[in-house]
Amino acid sequence: MNTATLRRFWNALRTVTGDDAYERYLAHWRTQHAGEGSPLDRKAFFRSELERKWNGIKRCC
Amino acid sequence: MSAPVNNTLRPQTPLAMLLWLGIAVLGAGAVGGIALSRGETINSLWFIVAAVCVYAIGYRFYSAFIAARVLMIDPTRATPAERHNDGRDFVPTNKWIVFGHHFAAIAGPGPLIGPTLAAQFGYLPGTLWILIGAVLGGCVQDFVILFFSTRRDGRSLGQMARDELGPVGGMAALLGVMTIMIILIAVLGLVVVNAMKHSPWATSTVAATIPIAILVGLYMRNLRPGRVLEGTLLGVALLLFAVWGGGWVDHQPGLRGWFDYAGPDLALLVIGYGFAAAVLPVWLLLAPRDYLSTFMKLGTIIALAIAIVILRPDIRMPALTQFIDGSGPIFGGKLFPFVFITIACGAISGFHSLIASGTTPKLLSSERDMRMIGYGGMMMESFVAIMAMIAATVLDPGVFFAINSPAGIVGADPATAVATISGWGFPVSEAQMQELARQMGEATLFARTGGAPSLAVGMASIFSSAFGSGLLAVWYHFAIMFEALFILTTLDAGTRVARFMLQDLLGNLIPALGRTSWTPGVLLTSAVVVSAWGYFLYMGTIDPLGGINSLWPLFGISNQMLAAIALCVATTILMKSGRARYVPVTALPLAWLVTITSAAAWEKLFSPELRVGFLAHANDLAARLAGGAIAPENIAQTRQIIFNDHLNAGLTLLFLVITWVLVLDTLRVSWRAYTGHVRPPLSEVPHIPSRLVENWVRD
Repeated sequence: MNTATLRRFWNALRTVTGDDAYERYLAHWRTQHAGEGSPLDRKAFFRSELERKWNGIKRCC
Repeated sequence: MSAPVNNTLRPQTPLAMLLWLGIAVLGAGAVGGIALSRGETINSLWFIVAAVCVYAIGYRFYSAFIAARVLMIDPTRATPAERHNDGRDFVPTNKWIVFGHHFAAIAGPGPLIGPTLAAQFGYLPGTLWILIGAVLGGCVQDFVILFFSTRRDGRSLGQMARDELGPVGGMAALLGVMTIMIILIAVLGLVVVNAMKHSPWATSTVAATIPIAILVGLYMRNLRPGRVLEGTLLGVALLLFAVWGGGWVDHQPGLRGWFDYAGPDLALLVIGYGFAAAVLPVWLLLAPRDYLSTFMKLGTIIALAIAIVILRPDIRMPALTQFIDGSGPIFGGKLFPFVFITIACGAISGFHSLIASGTTPKLLSSERDMRMIGYGGMMMESFVAIMAMIAATVLDPGVFFAINSPAGIVGADPATAVATISGWGFPVSEAQMQELARQMGEATLFARTGGAPSLAVGMASIFSSAFGSGLLAVWYHFAIMFEALFILTTLDAGTRVARFMLQDLLGNLIPALGRTSWTPGVLLTSAVVVSAWGYFLYMGTIDPLGGINSLWPLFGISNQMLAAIALCVATTILMKSGRARYVPVTALPLAWLVTITSAAAWEKLFSPELRVGFLAHANDLAARLAGGAIAPENIAQTRQIIFNDHLNAGLTLLFLVITWVLVLDTLRVSWRAYTGHVRPPLSEVPHIPSRLVENWVRD
């Protein structure tokens, strides 16, 4: 297995688990909301994500 | 890229035709082999082959038909995620990632427990229902609800019921969701309690998951914000350590007393925990526990699949047992309708429609992904149920019944229990049970109802044979920890959701109660929700019949009722959008669900069998109470049981009424649509062309 494959696997794993959620948020912010003040910092982003995620039915029987 | 969906209904080349013919023949052979085998044992590989072939054919042909003809999936149409793309709720996401999230959300403890309990009828009825129910019912439900919700900006099932059927349907759906939540949490709580009672190892391991989750929560919030992988790795390592540490605690005479509780005490602890978890901030306990349980769940399920394929254990349970006549020890009631009620998750689970109309539709980047995520996701869950069925039926039937039968049925002392069970034709000895308990590191395995312990014994024997023996006790407690971990997650998450719904409902009367930031309101509504399920949980632990006997059918009925609600909504939408030709796709599973829920509810209400009919049981106890046949010290408890029987009967009646209100409402709206009056109007959002289709090279 070469490093490119490993890196691809690593990136996929980070995306699946939500480990790179903040990076994805920053990328989204830069393209869509760039003129509107400054983006949330990592800590604040993570906090607001949690509140949002757990506001509905997320787990089943 | 245009959408060549229609052309793919049939295999295109002779080779593909041949391949699918081969799969069909192999699948038919495997299913036939399972159904007709009357030998001593049958190899579990047949189950895997049968399942994989049935799923492959169902996915390849039936889901393609639904996608192309019934729903007319249109990949050129922009999904809500593309149109709203706000980077938060609506995010176009890779289909494999959505699949992972969706599967993690729908797969809970249900598909593990239901098949284990239903194995009392033998392996055959449950297995057939899991396969057929999933391919024709459960997968279809998840798929169509995902589709309809996506076409409505990701609206929830309750909102869709209100929009498409009217206020009556909407209200019935909301009420249904609230009650199912309460029963679900109570019964799952009971499963955990039964796995932990008088087991210091299990109790200390499960208790340790709480501080571990908090630690991970603090790590991911304060030390290394959002580093999910690091936090999870830390947590998983600690959890494995806790499994080992529980064994150590069990061997410390001074310590083990701290974790040795009877059922009712554990129930109180779980209730207290549930309240704390519901009012604590999510980042502290719920979210990190959820990360851990998701990883554990996926990891263990994959490991179990690998182990079963490597090991191919023999199934020792007969295809059918004499208990199809309704005399089964685990739960009372005949094969029809109770096998269909007992196995809800794994065949068709109404709860999935809440997930399929929740987060998932807001993440889809193309309508094309729905087939794999909706239909395919449920197929995976069904496969989990098949594995649970294998894990339950590889046990010696005598052992299986000794673990799962409540003391009220087979007798409280081991000698009577083994005599009763052996008398049924499932030989088991006291020495055998003692040796098994010793191997698993438990004091006793008798009357550990609820399915989790017998599943854990099955998993432990499979794991230790496949991945190195000698660690049976560790594997057993690992399996218990794994089940408890995500049962407690469901318990926390369910309590929160029920609380939000209650706040929503009460907010209409007293606005302050509707505010999720007002602490007294949060405390009050949480307490109401926790005491509602806590009541059923506590009563389950003092019930001489074991609680599971009455609670699990209630849960099954409510879950199938929710599925009926979802299919009512789907059928109505198909009728209203002029697709009456294809209505049987949802209407036939709906008719079947209405039949089984009504039949089961009727039996639970009016059956003269004491272990089936709630009212018969209550009347019998009342007569014995009046006749002075109850010992004075048991009078208060008997009165309590009579009250519970009436309460359970009331709930059953409520489920029956909700189901029929929805069905009649569906018929009313469908008839009007058929005669040309589409009212209320369809709430589908207009077609906006997707721009992702041109830019992306998909698949």
